[in-house]
Amino acid sequence: MNLATFIQHFLNSLTLGSLYALIAIGYTMVYGILRLINFAHSEIFMLGAYLVFWGITLFHLPWPVAMVASIILVAGIGILVDRIAYRPLRDAPRISALISAIGVSFFLQNVAIVFFQAIPRQVYRPAWLENPMLWGDVRVLPLTLFVPLLSLFLMLALVYIVYHTKAGLGMRAISKDIETSYLMGVSVNKVIALTFGIGSALAAASGIMWALRYPQLQPIMGAIPGFKAFIAAVFGGIGSIQGAVIGGVALGFIEIMTVAFFPDLAGYRDAFAFVLLIGILLVKPTGLLGVKTEDKV
Amino acid sequence: MNRSTTILLNLVLVGCLGLFLWWAEGNLDGYKIQILNLIAVNIILALSLNLIYGFTGMFSLGHAGFMAIGAYVCSILIMTPEQKVTLFILQEALPWVQNSHAPFLVAVIAGGAVAALFGLVIGAPLLRLGDDYLGIATLGFAEIVRVIANNIPRVTNGALGFKGIPDHANLWWNYGWCLLTLYFVIRILNSNTGNVFKAIRDDETAAKAMGIDVFRIKLLSFTFGAFFAGVGGALLASLLTTIDPKMFLFTLTFNVLMIVVTGGLGSITGSILAGTGITVMLEWLRFVENPVTIGDWTLPGIPGMRMVVFSLVLILVILFRREGIMGMREIHWGTVARFMKGGKA
Repeated sequence: MNLATFIQHFLNSLTLGSLYALIAIGYTMVYGILRLINFAHSEIFMLGAYLVFWGITLFHLPWPVAMVASIILVAGIGILVDRIAYRPLRDAPRISALISAIGVSFFLQNVAIVFFQAIPRQVYRPAWLENPMLWGDVRVLPLTLFVPLLSLFLMLALVYIVYHTKAGLGMRAISKDIETSYLMGVSVNKVIALTFGIGSALAAASGIMWALRYPQLQPIMGAIPGFKAFIAAVFGGIGSIQGAVIGGVALGFIEIMTVAFFPDLAGYRDAFAFVLLIGILLVKPTGLLGVKTEDKV
Repeated sequence: MNRSTTILLNLVLVGCLGLFLWWAEGNLDGYKIQILNLIAVNIILALSLNLIYGFTGMFSLGHAGFMAIGAYVCSILIMTPEQKVTLFILQEALPWVQNSHAPFLVAVIAGGAVAALFGLVIGAPLLRLGDDYLGIATLGFAEIVRVIANNIPRVTNGALGFKGIPDHANLWWNYGWCLLTLYFVIRILNSNTGNVFKAIRDDETAAKAMGIDVFRIKLLSFTFGAFFAGVGGALLASLLTTIDPKMFLFTLTFNVLMIVVTGGLGSITGSILAGTGITVMLEWLRFVENPVTIGDWTLPGIPGMRMVVFSLVLILVILFRREGIMGMREIHWGTVARFMKGGKA
C-alpha cells in the first residue's frame, strides 16, 4: 500500500467515522438520560435522508434548504416519538420502553416501505461535492472533506449547548439523577424532549450525508448503520458524548482499515462491529470513557 | 383436582388434538394446513423465548441466530448427497457437509443440540451482562451468525441458501415437537429449578443473596431455550423447504418477541394463545398486501402494511396492556373446573 492509497483510506475512514459518531451521539444522549436504547434512532436517520430526497424531487427545493428543512422536521418526529411511545412508559420497567422502541423502529421502517416503496432511489448530489480534487497522487472528493468538517461543526455546537446553556445543564443534571432534578425545578419532560430533538437532528444530518456518500436510499438503510453507531456508543462508553465521538471514529477506522489491509475479510465487514461489541462488553462493559455504577439493593 | 384426573384430562385433550389434526389433514387445503404448521412452530419458538425472557428474565434478542443454526444443521442432514451435488453450484460442499445424511428426527435433534451448544458457548460470557446490554449482545450474536452463513459457501451455499429441502415437517411432526416442548417447559417450570428461574427473574440480587448460583441457572435456562429455538428453526426449514441467510434477519426475532409480549411474559397459556392468534392474523393480513380486484376495478396491494399493523399492535400492547393477554396467569384444569362450577376462574 503506497502513501496515496493510505491517505485515501484514511480520509474515507474519517468520513465514515464521523457519520457513525453523529448517530452515536443521539444514542448516547438518550441512554445517558433515560437508560433507554432508542431503537427507533436508525429509522430517524433513514427519514432524514428520505425527506431531503422528497424535498428536492417533489418540492424542487435547493439542496441546502431541503437539508435544513429535513433536519428540523426529523427533530420534530424524534420529539413526537418520545412523547407518544416513551413518555407514558417512564415509570414502567426499563425493558418495556425498550420493546416499545423496537416496535416504533419496525413501525417507521414499514411506514417508509408503504409510503416511499422498497425500491432503492438515487440521490441527487450537488456538483460542487462531486468534482474530485487532485493533490499529487491523492484523489479526493470534496465530499470526503465536507462530511468530517460539517460533523465537527455540529459536534462543537452540541458541546456548546450541553456545557454552556441552561438546557444543557438540565440534561447533565437529569443524567445524574432524574428524581432530584425534578425536585430542583428542572422541567424534566421539556429537557428530555429537547434531547430527543437534538439527537434526532444529528441523526438526520448523518443520514443526509450518508446518502451523499453512498447515494442510494432504501427504507431499511438505517438498520445496519444504526446498530453500528449504537455499538460505537457502547464502545466509547455509553452516556458520554466524547465517548460516542471517539467510538464512532474508531469504528470507521476499524471497518475501512481492516478491509484495506486484509481484503479477504471484506465479506465479514458487517460483523466487525458486533465482534467489537461483544469484545468490549466482556472486557470493559462500561466502555472506554464510561463510569461504573453499582446496583443498589 | 387430583393428579390422575389431570393426567387423564390431558390425555383426552391430546387425543382431541390428534383427531383434529387427522381431520385437518384429509379435509383442509394446503394453505390452511401450512398455517396450522406455522402455528405449531411459532408456539415452539414463543415457548423457548418465554423460558429465557419471560421466566428467567434474560432479555435475549438472539433467537434468529439459534433458529438459523438449527435450520442449517437440519437441512444439511436431511438433504441427500445427490441433492447437495446439484445444489452447491458455486463452490463444492465440504466433504463432511456433502456426506452427512440422517433421518428427520435425528436431524431436528441435531439442529437443536448444535443451537444449544452455541447457546452454552455464547451464554457463558454474555449472561454476565445486564438486561439491555444482554439484548444488544445477543442481537450481535444473531447478526454474526447471519454474516458468517453468508460467507461460508462451502457449508451454507452462501447467499443462495438451500432450495428443495425435503418437506418432512408435516402436521404430526410439528405438533409432536410442539407438545414435547410444552411438556418439557411445564415440567421444568413446576420443578424446583423452575422456581429458581422465577426467583432470578423477580430479583437477581435477592436470589444471589439466598445462595443461588445465579449464573449456572441462567446458563441452564438459556441453553434449553436455545435448544428449542434450534428445533423451531429446523422444523421451519423443512416446512418452508427453502432457507437463505436473509431469512434470519432481526424481523424473525421481532415476530417471536411480539408473540411472547402479546401473550404475556411468563405465561405459557399466553404464548399458546398469542402464537395461534398472531400466526393466523399475520396470514390473514396478507390480503392487504396483495392486489384486490372488485369488478373491473383493482386496488393495488400495499407491501409492508402487514408489519405496520403488527408493529402498531406491539406498541399499543406495551403502552396500554403491558402484561399482555394473560399477564403471568395460566389456564389449567383447576381454573377450568372452578369456572365450570360457576365460581370465579
